[in-house]
Amino acid sequence: MDLTFITTNNSILIVLVSLLKILIVLLPLLLFVAYLTLAERRIIGFMQLRKGPNVVGIFGLLQPWADALKLLSKETILPTGSSKIVFVIAPMLTFILSMVAWSVIPFSETFVISDINVGILYLFAISSLGVYGVIMAGWASNSKYAFLGALRSAAQMVSYEVSIGFVIVSVLLCVGSLNLGDIIEAQRNLWFAIPLFPMFIVFFISTLAETNRAPFDLPEGESELVAGYMVEYSSMSFALFFLGEYANMILMSAMTSVLFLGGWLPLFDIAPFNYIPGPIWLMLKISLCLFVFLWVRATTPRYRYDQLMRLGWKVFLPFSLFWLVLTAGFLVYTGNTPNLY
Amino acid sequence: MIISLFFYLFSFIIVSCAVMVISSRNPVHSVLFLILAFFNSGALFVMLGAEFLAMMLVIVYVGAVAVLFLFVVMMLNINYSQIKDGFQKYYPIGSLIGLILFIEIILMINGDNVLVSQKDSLTNNVPNTHQIGAILYTDYIYIFQISGLILLVAMVGAITLTLRDRPGVKKQNIIDQNARKVSDVITIVKVKKNET
Repeated sequence: MDLTFITTNNSILIVLVSLLKILIVLLPLLLFVAYLTLAERRIIGFMQLRKGPNVVGIFGLLQPWADALKLLSKETILPTGSSKIVFVIAPMLTFILSMVAWSVIPFSETFVISDINVGILYLFAISSLGVYGVIMAGWASNSKYAFLGALRSAAQMVSYEVSIGFVIVSVLLCVGSLNLGDIIEAQRNLWFAIPLFPMFIVFFISTLAETNRAPFDLPEGESELVAGYMVEYSSMSFALFFLGEYANMILMSAMTSVLFLGGWLPLFDIAPFNYIPGPIWLMLKISLCLFVFLWVRATTPRYRYDQLMRLGWKVFLPFSLFWLVLTAGFLVYTGNTPNLY
Repeated sequence: MIISLFFYLFSFIIVSCAVMVISSRNPVHSVLFLILAFFNSGALFVMLGAEFLAMMLVIVYVGAVAVLFLFVVMMLNINYSQIKDGFQKYYPIGSLIGLILFIEIILMINGDNVLVSQKDSLTNNVPNTHQIGAILYTDYIYIFQISGLILLVAMVGAITLTLRDRPGVKKQNIIDQNARKVSDVITIVKVKKNET
């Protein structure tokens, strides 16, 4: 996994190494996405005392491939009266954005595609762009269901971004750097999930809202909006939305792991634990977060829209602001503010 | 060589997007081109080495402001021909503003007293997030706070303008609901047998 030993000025080699790194990250990610869809159906099945898809392959392991083939063989439909170019771009945008964000996630001490100074801001920026895929899809479809879904989604994602921003700032106060590697390194002794536990919860619930997952899946609300912003999509454009949504879930879980669960750090830095390499630890933590995502979906009813807005603006925003001031005050009082220079 | 190639690529995209913003027929397409222009100016900031500003530009303008623009433009029922009618009226004032901006840019490029010279900002190894923080929260703290206050006043103003207290609207009040006790709402009445 360690590719940093190749340090050279040859620009062609740098490009090749970067491409190789991108492949190393993206291929397992797409597999992860494919099997996340299976895991979701199986886990929710078990929670509801059903079996879930278990027929295609052993334990249903070939089900994602069957689904992919089915979607590929369907006809792509462009609705009349739709804005064609925007309609086609929207699913691509969702999918691309969910992929490019992985460029700053550190997988081990040395392996990260792009180790930039403002990594966490980059992640925040990319995740805030995700709303465009949804709005563009909803508007371009020229359908009322899709449009309503898009409006709901836009308002929801903008609202919950605010509290995500405050949570990120309070983590940054403890670290003193925007670099994701530094954020993980700062958690070597204690994961931030423990001292910043309330913020951890706020962040996790906000990521549920940010990815339009249950109990905040109003943009798709099948009981009132059929399928929300993706009503008019079929075939591969639908598949791209689907992949993008699940890749976003994995990305948000990775963000949670990096900010609060110590990223690639082992559970304890002692013998049996630190034999396991960093990427495996990161994957385990991501899987844990994803399991909670699915667990929440299987057990909670959908929020009503006014309740969703109330939770975002009247509960999370004041609470995270309060906790931010508290964190800053505590750091200054105990003299633990990070040393910058 | 590659750097200047990228610079011209991004600048070309920005300029052509800016042209499309004012020339495209559909206002939603205009806003989408505006977003693309914002995004590419972010790329130019990255090329300057100002990665913090680039990310802030994307988060604030693209991630929040432009979403609201798009929101408003989609919801409005705009009559395109009506807008096109009065367009020529604005040519003189528009070109005047454009001329002033152009002169300002030329003054900035030729003048010696450019606020921060490029050499100062790029030579040392301190990340520019720290540099901005060190200047913004010390030397310019009052200006910074005042700009925050102005935004707050604008927000309060917008809310007071739109807030109406309509009678007869049913609202869920969580505190009221939680404060409800069984004794407040249910009274147990003993019904006697064989009495009418």
